[in-house]
Amino acid sequence: MAKTAVQEFTKGLWAEIPPFRLVLGLCPVLAVTKGVENGIGMGVATTFVLVCSNVLISMLRNVIPKKVRIACFIAVIATFVTVVELLMQAFAYPLFLKLGIFIPLIVVNCIVLGRAEAFAAKNKVIPSFADGLGIGLGFTLSLGALGAIREILGSGMFYGMPVFGPSFQPFGFMVQAPGAFVCLGLMLCIMNMMGKK
Amino acid sequence: MTDYLILIVSCIFVNNILLMQYLGNCPFLGVSKRMETATGMAMAVVFVLVMAGSITWMVDNFLLKPFDLEYLRTLTFILVIACLVQFVEMFLRKSIPTLYAGLGIFLPLITTNCAVMGVCLINIMEEYSFMQALVASFAYAIGFGLALVLFAGLRERIVLARVPKPLQDTSIGLVTAGMLSLAFFAFKGMV
Repeated sequence: MAKTAVQEFTKGLWAEIPPFRLVLGLCPVLAVTKGVENGIGMGVATTFVLVCSNVLISMLRNVIPKKVRIACFIAVIATFVTVVELLMQAFAYPLFLKLGIFIPLIVVNCIVLGRAEAFAAKNKVIPSFADGLGIGLGFTLSLGALGAIREILGSGMFYGMPVFGPSFQPFGFMVQAPGAFVCLGLMLCIMNMMGKK
Repeated sequence: MTDYLILIVSCIFVNNILLMQYLGNCPFLGVSKRMETATGMAMAVVFVLVMAGSITWMVDNFLLKPFDLEYLRTLTFILVIACLVQFVEMFLRKSIPTLYAGLGIFLPLITTNCAVMGVCLINIMEEYSFMQALVASFAYAIGFGLALVLFAGLRERIVLARVPKPLQDTSIGLVTAGMLSLAFFAFKGMV
């Protein structure tokens, strides 16, 4: 049991790392990765929702009738998203303002609903917890990495601190919308190349 | 009248929901491989978004705000959208079967399309009046459809091109979307 839980956890970090291996939940990935801080904040919020909803859905999996399961999952997820929203308003208000509309939109993030449907509805509580944590951490890592690349190239900073000398000319394209698409596309390409080896 | 015209142009082009606000990207990449599926999805989104936009506006202003229940907004909106999609599906199947045959498979997907939920939330955050919310929902949906159909056209051409192996499929799709987004970038500052 312990071993399978570890396996479920680690697969989220590499073998099924979202959004590269599982191409789901792209909207927050593109929108909030202007900087590392936003990316990681969004990742942590999503991880929290993912873990909680996975655990609760796994507990309720024998109670929820098959026909209305999607509606039940959405209700569970929406509840936890509301929890995150209120928590962030209380303890991380500046970050909440920066992420704005994308916090309530975790509810329609396909990753969360996808894991509930594909994993938590069929497995016991502990593997579901591990799965949620693994996928969530993988998502946080991806968002952090993408955020770092875009922040370093786009504004010459890392976590708000300048990395290059004053003569560095920021590559503004990267922090704008088109840069997000191109950057994610190229990262996906690099992941594909590494996967092919 | 000019106000509405500006609102429409701004929602379709300047703040295009897909390419400028990054909402609804999953269906954008998912159904854009063929032109027919793209147009089907675009039509379904226009249909649902206009209804969802006006209904959530009414729910928010007549139900949540008077009773100080704004913290339930996320939960309420997603349930309204899910029910609406279900209802539209049943209604179309019974009364307009030809339209249902065209939109059928795309309707359930719309529940988790963040463009729908996103526009409903934007309408509330911008504090639009009812007419403005209705017009904005419609214009955003048209913008979604426009970007989706343009992108599907581009992707159909990419199939004919020789793409390096690691870049194939989603990867080249994203880079193309970046280029399309760059084109829409030119509209910035117009309104």
